[in-house]
Amino acid sequence: MPEYKKPNSKEEFEKNFSQIKPLMKETQAYYESSRCLFCYDAPCVSACPTGIDIPLFIRQINTGNVTGAAKTIYDSNYLGNACGKVCPTEVLCEGACVYNLQEVKPIEIGRLQNFATSNSIRNNIRYFEPGLPINKKVAVIGAGPAGISCACELRRSGIEVDIFEAKDKPSGLALYGVAPYKITNEEALEEVNYLQEQLGFNIIYNTYISSKEDFRKLEENYDAVFLGIGLGKTNPVNIKGENLKNCYGAVEFISELRMNHHLTETGDTVIVLGGGNTAMDAASESAKLGAGKVILAYRRGRNEMGAYDFEFELAKNAGVEGLFNVSPVEITGIDKVTGVKFIRTQTNNGKLEMLKGTEFIIGCDMVIKATGQLKQSEVMTNIPGLETDDKGRIKVNEKTYQTANPKYFSAGDVISGGQEVVNAVAEAKAAAAGIVWFLS
Amino acid sequence: MPDLKINFAGIKAPNPFWLASAPPTNSGYQIMKAFDLGWGGAVWKTLGVPVINVSSRYGSVNYRDSRMIGFNNIELITDRPLKDNLREIEEVKKYFPDHAVIASLMVESKSEWHQIVKDVENAGVDGIELNFGCPHGMCERGMGSAVGQEPEVLKMIVSWVKEVAKTPVIVKLTPNITDITEPGIAARQGGGDAVSLINTIQSIVGIDIDNFVPYPVVDGKSTNGGYCGPAVKPIALNMVKNCSLESGIGIPISGIGGIENWRDAVEFILLGASSVQVCTAVMHYGFGIIREIIPGFESYMKEKNFNTVNDMVGKAIPNVKNWENLNLNYKIIAEINKDKCIGCQLCYIACEDGAHQAIGLSKNGSRVPYIIDENCVGCNLCSLVCPVENCISMIRTDNGKFTETWKERTDSGNIPVTFDDPLAGGLNHFVPDPLTALKKP
Repeated sequence: MPEYKKPNSKEEFEKNFSQIKPLMKETQAYYESSRCLFCYDAPCVSACPTGIDIPLFIRQINTGNVTGAAKTIYDSNYLGNACGKVCPTEVLCEGACVYNLQEVKPIEIGRLQNFATSNSIRNNIRYFEPGLPINKKVAVIGAGPAGISCACELRRSGIEVDIFEAKDKPSGLALYGVAPYKITNEEALEEVNYLQEQLGFNIIYNTYISSKEDFRKLEENYDAVFLGIGLGKTNPVNIKGENLKNCYGAVEFISELRMNHHLTETGDTVIVLGGGNTAMDAASESAKLGAGKVILAYRRGRNEMGAYDFEFELAKNAGVEGLFNVSPVEITGIDKVTGVKFIRTQTNNGKLEMLKGTEFIIGCDMVIKATGQLKQSEVMTNIPGLETDDKGRIKVNEKTYQTANPKYFSAGDVISGGQEVVNAVAEAKAAAAGIVWFLS
Repeated sequence: MPDLKINFAGIKAPNPFWLASAPPTNSGYQIMKAFDLGWGGAVWKTLGVPVINVSSRYGSVNYRDSRMIGFNNIELITDRPLKDNLREIEEVKKYFPDHAVIASLMVESKSEWHQIVKDVENAGVDGIELNFGCPHGMCERGMGSAVGQEPEVLKMIVSWVKEVAKTPVIVKLTPNITDITEPGIAARQGGGDAVSLINTIQSIVGIDIDNFVPYPVVDGKSTNGGYCGPAVKPIALNMVKNCSLESGIGIPISGIGGIENWRDAVEFILLGASSVQVCTAVMHYGFGIIREIIPGFESYMKEKNFNTVNDMVGKAIPNVKNWENLNLNYKIIAEINKDKCIGCQLCYIACEDGAHQAIGLSKNGSRVPYIIDENCVGCNLCSLVCPVENCISMIRTDNGKFTETWKERTDSGNIPVTFDDPLAGGLNHFVPDPLTALKKP
């Protein structure tokens, strides 16, 4: 039974994709902030990659100093609003809340954070201004969470910043890669605009920096370059039928969904391949787009999935069915997807084994591959002296985030291989400090 | 089944839970409704020459998400004509002959006192309460707490009332005085049959910090009000205890101040009250709270084998001593239950910054703090800040065989008397070197 009807308008889309962490009303925020114990050396702070002083901002909300609360947040995290919405708080700050040990509901830190930050964004309450110019220029590649965080920190040190963005909008993953029920497009864009108005970094859109020549020019014109280029397209699964019509990569599917909302196509039966958080998102999203049936197919067992438990719960609640210990061997169809041929698997001492003779086909009219993302290797090879590890991630100094080419610094998914927005924000802020150190 | 019926200084009531003289007892309508729900008595909103009230009358102290933990008012006595109130008193008594209806009174001259006492008794009241407590407005006119603060005047007015009163007279005392027993003794000497306390405490509940005016705001201005509600209970309990211990009073006490549930009522009674009066909790939640008070109170009586309310009255009084009679050899230290601890470390920082640096943090990554036994003075602070029920216990460490009080030590000359006396209690307590406070980890 489909839980959701296909949305045919903006309103229906917003209903199906309603925010899982909606903005708190004033009374809710007051009550929720009242519950915070103000722990000493609070575990929520240690669990936050950006180290926000969470008990402090919650206490500030409780005393009616909401703008002070937002300042506490932004002092640690330039994308405080986006992170409040898209962070997996269940495994970070809220997961560390001491109330969990009493089986009392943890403080809703993410939503309290948004209560404070969205108020400041809405009322354009400013906390930052650019530092006195020091006659240095830095090029930032990518206007995603890493790029924006780095740019903000550099501007406060008086460094001029030009951000080069391949797409026509900023925010990267927060806009194109996160499920729409976690953050709206408006929220993602408004925060970047809010920061840009305060700190005055330039963003040059529709400019894909990739060739040797591009980088040579940047090196000529800038004192340092920051790479916040994230990850690339969906990994191919290398099976027959992968290029059939209606077989999508999850990254591309989610990006289309974020841009086109209810106009995004779905199928009667959708099979999602993968067991990570992106697979959960793609499956939930298909269900909320009104697919008749959504099957999440994963090669190993349920408990071996990389996805957080709460993400799988979200997908199940949206009506997604799980199919475990199956590996796709072929996507069937002539020009359009008609099904997926699977083989059953078992895990033996951690090693995946295909069980011969167990092949079967499940009919479907859409396949979404959530099988990880490619590295931006094409771009990376065009930067002289850059070093990568065996997984294709850019190697950096863990304190300064400087790459093997001293003029280049990097942070975010391109060095981690794919983590949370909040990790990119934290690393990029530290990288900016590395750049300031390098330029002084 | 325990018997809740009481006879308070001659006033009979089906139970000891009465409504205090205040807005909930402004009319016959309200009192009928309250009696119908189970309240045992009501002290009518103070009668006298009707007043004119201001608009904007109440202010509140909220603590986090708890509203009205403290409450104040600048409302005066009744603003309704006496004849309307008398008619309604008669009607209430007609429908509820066994319930206690007590008229609170406040007038000025002896003749007025005589007249109004006769009027309310003719209307059928079971008793009279003299309002010598109101600390705002009325006191500016020489009534209310202005009387309660002058024991001689109080005594005189009580004796005027007693000249004509046929029903028991309760004297309501103001807490806005240094020693509550002084007006209490005067009440007894004037012939009063009982005392009730406390009336409200002079207060300012808060300030509008944008417009620089205290609350409640009356056209940009304010005045002090009378404070009540849960926050005043500890002050009221102490004053009830003082009156219970004072042999010069020796008449029944009706306990008032922040009572909102059966436990509060039990506490007042254990300190010597034999009826209790409730106002703020009703103003907050309505008369329906009696549904919680009665069964809770009854099951406590059953559990403790009290057959009548009287069996309970003053049960805690023998255990109230002067400080000098407390056992100095009694020693307790804190113990943290590791399985219950949730690692908030509030006990650590409370002891570290606010007490005796007797709690340490684990260095092995655990968030469960540990007690440094030799530094612990047994102050209770950690167990009070701990958000987990029964996680920090205070464990007795002395053997209980040797008691010694300050008084006994004084009598035997075994107390510190000079500034650097070697008998100083904290002489060997651990105190960190001041400079270590500035060391960052």
